[in-house]
Amino acid sequence: MQEWANQLCENRQFGSKMTDSKYFTTTKKGEIFELKAELNSDKKEKKKEAVKKVIASMTVGKDVSALFPDVVNCMQTDNLELKKLVYLYLMNYAKSQPDMAIMAVNTFVKDCEDPNPLIRALAVRTMGCIRVDKITEYLCEPLRKCLKDEDPYVRKTAAVCVAKLHDINAQLVEDQGFLDTLKDLISDSNPMVVANAVAALSEIAESHPNSNLLDLNPQTINKLLTALNECTEWGQIFILDCLANYTPRDDRESQSICERVTPRLSHANSAVVLSAVKVLMKFMEMLPKDLDYYGTLLKKLAPPLVTLLSAEPELQYVALRNINLIVQRRPEILKHEMKVFFVKYNDPIYVKLEKLDIMIRLASQANIAQVLAELKEYATEVDVDFVRKAVRAIGRCAIKVEQSAERCVSTLLDLIQTKVNYVVQEAIVVIKDIFRKYPNKYESVIATLCENLDSLDEPEARAAMIWIVGEYAERIDNADELLESFLEGFHDESTQVQLQLLTAIVKLFLKKPTETQELVQQVLSLATQDSDNPDLRDRGYIYWRLLSTDPVAAKEVVLAEKPLISEETDLIEPTLLEELICHIGTLASVYHKPPSAFVEGSRGVQHKRLPGSAGSGDSVDSPDTASAAGVSEAPPAVIPSQGDLLGDLLNLDLTPPTATGPPPAPSSGLQMGAMDLLGGGLDSLMGDESEPLGGDLGGSPALGAGFGAPPAAMPASFNAPVSGGLDDLFDLGGGVGMPMGSYSPPKTVWLPAMKAKGLEISGTFARRAGVIQMEMTLTNKAMSVMTDFAIQFNRNSFGLAPAGPLQILTPLSPNQSIEAALPLSTVGPVMKMEPLTNLQVAVKNNIDVFYFSCQYPISMLFVEDGKMERQVFLATWKDIPNDNESQFQIKDCHLNSDAASNKLQGSNVFTIAKRTVEGQDMLYQSMKLTNGIWVLAELRVQTGNPNYTVSLKCRAPEVSQCVFQSYEAMLKN
Amino acid sequence: MIHSLFLINHSGDIFLEKHWKSVISRSVCDYFFEAKEKAVEPENVPPVLQTPHHYLISIYRGKLFFLSVIQTEVPPLFVIEFLHRVADTIQDYFGECSEGVIKDNVVTVYELLEEMLDNGFPLATESNVLKEMIRPPTILRSVVNTLTGGSNVGDTLPTGQLSNVPWRRAGVKYTNNEAYFDVIEEIDAILDKSGTTVFAEIQGVIEACVRLTGMPDLTLSFMNPRLLDDVSFHPCVRFKRWEAERVLSFIPPDGNFTLMNYHVSSQNLVAIPVYVKQSISFFETGPCGRLDITIGPKQTMGKTVENMMVTIHMPKAVLSANLTATQGNYTYDIATKVLVWDIGKLNPQKLPNLRGSLSIQAGTPKPEENPSLNIDLKIQQVAISGLKVSRLDMYGEKYKPFKGVKYLTKAGKFQVRT
Repeated sequence: MQEWANQLCENRQFGSKMTDSKYFTTTKKGEIFELKAELNSDKKEKKKEAVKKVIASMTVGKDVSALFPDVVNCMQTDNLELKKLVYLYLMNYAKSQPDMAIMAVNTFVKDCEDPNPLIRALAVRTMGCIRVDKITEYLCEPLRKCLKDEDPYVRKTAAVCVAKLHDINAQLVEDQGFLDTLKDLISDSNPMVVANAVAALSEIAESHPNSNLLDLNPQTINKLLTALNECTEWGQIFILDCLANYTPRDDRESQSICERVTPRLSHANSAVVLSAVKVLMKFMEMLPKDLDYYGTLLKKLAPPLVTLLSAEPELQYVALRNINLIVQRRPEILKHEMKVFFVKYNDPIYVKLEKLDIMIRLASQANIAQVLAELKEYATEVDVDFVRKAVRAIGRCAIKVEQSAERCVSTLLDLIQTKVNYVVQEAIVVIKDIFRKYPNKYESVIATLCENLDSLDEPEARAAMIWIVGEYAERIDNADELLESFLEGFHDESTQVQLQLLTAIVKLFLKKPTETQELVQQVLSLATQDSDNPDLRDRGYIYWRLLSTDPVAAKEVVLAEKPLISEETDLIEPTLLEELICHIGTLASVYHKPPSAFVEGSRGVQHKRLPGSAGSGDSVDSPDTASAAGVSEAPPAVIPSQGDLLGDLLNLDLTPPTATGPPPAPSSGLQMGAMDLLGGGLDSLMGDESEPLGGDLGGSPALGAGFGAPPAAMPASFNAPVSGGLDDLFDLGGGVGMPMGSYSPPKTVWLPAMKAKGLEISGTFARRAGVIQMEMTLTNKAMSVMTDFAIQFNRNSFGLAPAGPLQILTPLSPNQSIEAALPLSTVGPVMKMEPLTNLQVAVKNNIDVFYFSCQYPISMLFVEDGKMERQVFLATWKDIPNDNESQFQIKDCHLNSDAASNKLQGSNVFTIAKRTVEGQDMLYQSMKLTNGIWVLAELRVQTGNPNYTVSLKCRAPEVSQCVFQSYEAMLKN
Repeated sequence: MIHSLFLINHSGDIFLEKHWKSVISRSVCDYFFEAKEKAVEPENVPPVLQTPHHYLISIYRGKLFFLSVIQTEVPPLFVIEFLHRVADTIQDYFGECSEGVIKDNVVTVYELLEEMLDNGFPLATESNVLKEMIRPPTILRSVVNTLTGGSNVGDTLPTGQLSNVPWRRAGVKYTNNEAYFDVIEEIDAILDKSGTTVFAEIQGVIEACVRLTGMPDLTLSFMNPRLLDDVSFHPCVRFKRWEAERVLSFIPPDGNFTLMNYHVSSQNLVAIPVYVKQSISFFETGPCGRLDITIGPKQTMGKTVENMMVTIHMPKAVLSANLTATQGNYTYDIATKVLVWDIGKLNPQKLPNLRGSLSIQAGTPKPEENPSLNIDLKIQQVAISGLKVSRLDMYGEKYKPFKGVKYLTKAGKFQVRT
């Protein structure tokens, strides 16, 4: 700042007095005072200069709001520049000085009548920017006039003004009928007006997802298409985005729209191009694939997409993110354009990484040689992130294009020879995947890999290497030595490496049982006794038990043939892809997430779908797309290769333990402790595996002793982890099991693992000691550790919001469950949901963000001070109109009225009075919701009749249905 | 739509802010500064950032960040295009787009921003229209304004604003009527070690400077329009005629504008004007390496290659370069590790050569990465794709204008791998 000031002073000395920098030089204390004097000067020119100074101060963030009355005084002027400057000032500060802003109203209203359309438009434009409620009221009349102004410039400005006003006061806009006027403007004769009306309506519609604001029918579509040709580039974007929401009636209409949109692909503005691509990609779905036009259209799409890549890097980035989607949906469009995605030395890193991703998606047998040569080139670049990704890409190519696997492996070996540490590590990680895809093919390279064992310092690379050693233990002479070397620092390794080491040694033991008992004992005891990681412990126990009870089974399980991995793991799930295609060019397409996932204020329910194709209904059109398009009809499969993930996870063919049942480990573990661990089963394993040794071994006293000792020592040390585990269990029980009066429904599965990359969430709501809690069980059914959990709610009817962060402190290891109780507050943003008690939740972890919705029983919201005074109750009951009363039947409830009353009291439903009339008990009850809504109830219980009648009265009758459901649930539990 | 704009200089100071809706605190930029910190190089800051309540979309131009804040789902390309348009407008108005110039003209810039967006919707982004509403500053006008109390702000509705030709103002008058077109082509290419073309394409642009009286209707035709793979036009070009006849028919904006961009891609053979023989090697032992580069003409269409320049980003370990150039000068910047060899005109008889030794920091291992050579060059009077304008016709006006077409070929992202 200081430097800048100095520079400015210099400028002054050099006499550049013509520039605005002179406005910045007054940083003295009396600045405001001086300006005040100048603003009140008689000379027009001086006034203008002063306002300019004020504006200059404002633009750099200085607070000049104190000058408000003086600046507003300058407003009555015929000098347009001065007027504009004052307006600029007003827009910035009116909010903080609402009372003063009223002073400006008269001038605005007068300016709206000015013969000069520029001034009329300017006035209506500025008024809309003043976000003061009092002013908006005065705005309505001038706005109405301007919407019907004879000059299109004024009309188009007024159209935008409606959107502004809606943002400030939506109700007002609806009441005044501006929305209808706006809809009429879609048929305006001037294309600019049409475009702005569309833009305004689209913006308003975003906050009203269900309102039929943009009612698109063939007539309006025709009008939009006409305006499309004549309006400005920005207007074209609005219109195209609006068109994309339309679903044509048939393929002929679809084709005719496509034909009229295609010329937009040649627009210089890349946003127009991409919006046009969106419309075409969407409507193309409806065209029969055998149509000539379909092929023509496909051909037309490629050149503009390629051209986008020659624009500025920021534009390239957005284009690339979208091309990534397009390539997944229709790979044929760009299959010949591989070269344009080659990375240039001076591309920004974010462009490089995106290009690389697309290169792999486009890789095929035809171009793989070129791609590999490029990737190898990239692997010698400077940027570490990029190099890593390039190496990984080589592995992905091998998995994708089978014919190239051999070449990829040899390329990777070349790279390993460079001995550059991070290159070697990445290469080993991908070679592991290649082994999983093509088992028993490239094992000859293992020797080279083993040479680099010492240089591996990243967990992922170490784990990969250990996996390779374990998997191919029988072919590596010194596999035991290699694994043993890792074992030394077992406790310093990350969980990933520990788990992998455990599995690898067990594999080794099953393959070469004679030489490795000691090793396996060692790793099992490290995992079960010395580790406080429950996953490691459990996996250790499972192996231990498996080995000791039935080693043959262990062998079948642990060394079972594993399914091959496929390249689809990195593809976007088809339903999501379809939705994202409908959102090409938007933020959603940049983040590859549905808009409901992250845009604040979006209602999250409107998922766009591609229209179905005409004709055969078969969306498979070429072998290339078969994998992507073929499954589009199938239900969403979040993890294409889930089966093999789980298989690999434990090397077990077990179904993972469910979240709801208590972990079986402790109880069975205790019994096991008493048993002879390992000893019993060894014979059968030996007999099976190494016949000639069998006799020898059985009689070997050394071995017997070696094995005898650990089981003897075991029970004592065994106790520690087990009792620890039981304590844990009791802790949880305290939270879940003990009823505290209030009714809480049983947990249900909210988010199935299939939909959330392996994360399963089941949960319920409860009110405990006046605090609403969301109680969840999170289960990790995926292969990797989950961390960084966080939770967010969408706006909801009662403003429920997390009162604190989601407390999951330890990482959630595979197959682990964790209980979490999240206290909720009711002070969050409110929006009415349908159904009322619907809650949309987003849960984030290190893998992704997931969404689900659940319903909470409204009884959670009954507050403790919900007992109404008798008198008040009577008065209120009478006061609420009878229309608001609703009656429900509760069937099959076998409680007497007192028991029912007690039960309800537990959930803050208070009985105020009881009357018995002709053997019928009438309970008068009240409850109060967190947002202050009172609900009054009359519960009629007839002895001997299991059917109750509830009458509910409430000023907000929408809640009655929910309250009734809660009644039923509370009474029946 | 676009909510706010912040202009941020190289060192991270916000020096101008403009809000089109409610005021958003500048603390929102902290997320951007965080990303900037992480990216190290300003070029590498990701253009789209997500913060808890807003999205930040930014561009980096002329050592300045144009950072826009948006709150709802808005096409990011729309925002980026608009930001570039803001930068273009500032450039157009004041001759350059820099912090100094923006500060010098802050009020005009602010007025411009107000004219360009309304409530986040673009309002007037055509330079012609803007110039009618807010006149660009000239020394003369400032003096006159000071004397007469006149103003920079036009008080009539820009004529182009609503007509069918919004890009052209009415009542244009010139004494000298002239129309000049520059066909400029940039070669983007990657050559591998052996000099084989890995990838090459041509990005072409036709820049026009048209000063014609009245409402002229121009038709520009090419000798070989089929060369062009993909084209994008100024809104004035009639797309139907291009589709049908492959001619550019248009009513031009007044003054300077980009008539069309085109793309000649790798499908056609792209001529590479120079060849580069190079070897850069580092020895296993001893702290040094060798560099030897020779450049010669290849397919130059018989023209001279000018402004030849080679830029090499050396590995970090290279301390200094001791080289001899047979032509031109070389500099090696130790701080940025950039070697620049400015050759000038390429003489086909005596090929320029740069050779010598590179010294490497003692004790560091042999550099792994291979530096790339970036080539800069210019060839006057030829469009390397072979594109030629055949004729320009004018309808609608009676006078005879001066017409001219110039061709220029430049290197775009032209790099040679070693």
